[in-house]
Amino acid sequence: MTASFNAESYNSGSYNSGSSASGAFTPGEPVLEVSDLCVDYGLGGNAVRAVTNVSLTLRRGEVLGLAGESGSGKSTLAYAITRLLRAPGVITGGRVLFHSRPDGRGLEQTVDLLDADANELARIRWSELSMVFQSAMHALNPVARIENQLTDVLKRHRRDMTPADRHDRAVELLRMVGITADRLRAYPHELSGGMRQRVMIAMALALEPQVVIMDEPTTALDVVTQREIIEELMQLRHRLGFAVVFITHDLSLLLELADSIAIMYAGRLVEYASASDLFHAPRHPYSLGLLGSFPALHGERVRMHGIPGSPPSLRNLPSGCTFHVRCSFAMERCKTQEPPLAQPARSAHQRLASCWLQDGFTATPEPLALPDPEPAAYRGSPNNRASTELIGDAP
Amino acid sequence: MTDATTAGASTNTVVHGPKRPGVAALEARNLTKHFAISSVGFGGRQVVHAVEDISLALPEGTVTAVVGESGSGKSTLARLLTGLIQPTAGQILLDGRPLGTSARARRAYTSEVHLVLQDPFSSLNQAHSVRYHIERPLKLHTNLRGAAIEAKIIELLERVSLTPGRDFIDKYPHELSGGQRQRIAIARGLAVNPRVLLADEPVSMLDVSIRLGVLNLFDDLRATERLATMYVTHDIASARYLADTIVVMYAGQVVESGPATQITDAPKHPYTQLLLSAAPDPHRTEPPVLRGRGSPPSLVSPPSGCRFHPRCPFAMDVCSQETPPPLPVGKDQVAACWLHSSEHAGDPPAAQTGLRDPADPPGPNGAVPPATGS
Repeated sequence: MTASFNAESYNSGSYNSGSSASGAFTPGEPVLEVSDLCVDYGLGGNAVRAVTNVSLTLRRGEVLGLAGESGSGKSTLAYAITRLLRAPGVITGGRVLFHSRPDGRGLEQTVDLLDADANELARIRWSELSMVFQSAMHALNPVARIENQLTDVLKRHRRDMTPADRHDRAVELLRMVGITADRLRAYPHELSGGMRQRVMIAMALALEPQVVIMDEPTTALDVVTQREIIEELMQLRHRLGFAVVFITHDLSLLLELADSIAIMYAGRLVEYASASDLFHAPRHPYSLGLLGSFPALHGERVRMHGIPGSPPSLRNLPSGCTFHVRCSFAMERCKTQEPPLAQPARSAHQRLASCWLQDGFTATPEPLALPDPEPAAYRGSPNNRASTELIGDAP
Repeated sequence: MTDATTAGASTNTVVHGPKRPGVAALEARNLTKHFAISSVGFGGRQVVHAVEDISLALPEGTVTAVVGESGSGKSTLARLLTGLIQPTAGQILLDGRPLGTSARARRAYTSEVHLVLQDPFSSLNQAHSVRYHIERPLKLHTNLRGAAIEAKIIELLERVSLTPGRDFIDKYPHELSGGQRQRIAIARGLAVNPRVLLADEPVSMLDVSIRLGVLNLFDDLRATERLATMYVTHDIASARYLADTIVVMYAGQVVESGPATQITDAPKHPYTQLLLSAAPDPHRTEPPVLRGRGSPPSLVSPPSGCRFHPRCPFAMDVCSQETPPPLPVGKDQVAACWLHSSEHAGDPPAAQTGLRDPADPPGPNGAVPPATGS
């Protein structure tokens, strides 16, 4: 890695990774705890519930993947957590606890983001919790130079920095994501899509947050660019120790990069497990269907079927389990009773699934009853991933 | 016309696409498209080299996938084949006959070659019902009228698995899901019994869980309608799933083509290897090693020689000087790469490319770096 990144100069904190060369890296204490979060669009009788009772825990340094189809509420969830949700979106319940980085006196502060006032939000947003938005094309200001957009956040949050310091930091940030300093004077339209997305990531990392929420950061990019950006991101994560919530519809990509994966369907979490458990032994029929929706790159060509039907309208949700109309294993009970998100009865690993087939009393179909895998060497171990050597440096 | 035909036949070019006996339903010969761009202040007229000398045959009952990054010219190729834009050079043959220029000939052509677009949310008119969309081609191209049209519409809807058709005929696009809309777009295409279906990223806007349903529909149509399908995509895994032949495009040129599984299991062109190494693959047990980086070149002034050489980890001196011809690298598989030419196989990698010598473990799929040449 060519970029030298002096994490110490802006942060005297003692958070658990930093740029030390130790390499040891294990997801630690919870940094973000979401419990029973509900989000509606609209009020009163017209309200549509987009997110229903979602609970998630993000640990320090973890990559949490959030997968789901359009309309499953994954982006809404991200906007609700960051309190960026705009009307008609309304947060109608739940808690979002954010454990900030220990302050000068070594005290850890816990803030409920849903109760936080403007001052508290201003303190936490970007300096501790930042976001990479879906479309860099629209998220960057088209009439401001890259440098101004990068230094804006420093101006606001690092009042003691001089303009020269800010410039140096902007150069460093760009170098960190593989862009040369001469692009500082460029406008967004002069950059390629991949470079714009890199600028967005540099901007999100400007204040060394503990949590970065990424909403489909690579969806509009070509596969090669996507792979480059993800490699860079994982290296930065390894070096700086931030945790990531990675939102995407591309489950095959998440399986490669996430530590744990939450699958959303119709605003609900239907399965929450480590990436390797989910890949080798899915417990929810929807997860199974999604895994069977990505044709393989190798092996025998077999006819695959995806999932019959189409995602439900939130205005007109099926009764009982919202997935039962598309589920090939649906039972009578699924039509009337909504299953709880619970530990599957026959799993040794800690994981959650919301399906009556996993209650321990029902015979579970074979594809949903595969044994939990042994922890794999590559998947689920951020050390190995982060040490990926690159061939050739970015030009 | 005769001259053009003989000229096209005499140039010794490789025709990409599935190999089948007989005359292909649709054939493109040496197709080239340059878009003129205005360049204020530069004096001379500049062109975008969008598609460069591509020969492609689409036999009936086959699916040909055209794979490439954005800007590789794959959509331009599809639009050239529809006749919506005129090629700068080259020729299109339907059932072996060159495409005529009269209004009548062009209309006949549009009833034989149909295009399915990427975005089913904008390719259907929100103000009109399903009936209207499918009725239009029937009224324009057939003699069916009245009740016969209605029966035909219902039959078409059921052919694309919208059953019962009667339930869908009076719906409006906003009442349908993305997958259903895409099926309407396909039914509209089938209305006139085309020979050729050109599908430009037909599933990329659809939800993951319903993509396979549409891909399977193309698979069924290949068998039942004997359609010659061209499937344009950026997703090489779905190309492998559906297609007989994969044609890989880069910067307006075909860099490799061959049977689908052969291309993904044993890619011979460095660009195909790069694409495969970058594709998400949960079955991977090791971190992927990207073979080459950077982004596609400007098509206004494409690199000399092989257009991939600035990104290629195996580039040699010859690569920046001469354009590689398509060279046979396997059964029905060709790759336009100097590494596979007997004259240049042993050349040392060019030092000036700035890319590190790829003395790395074999790439994805256990593919041997082509530099080993035999």
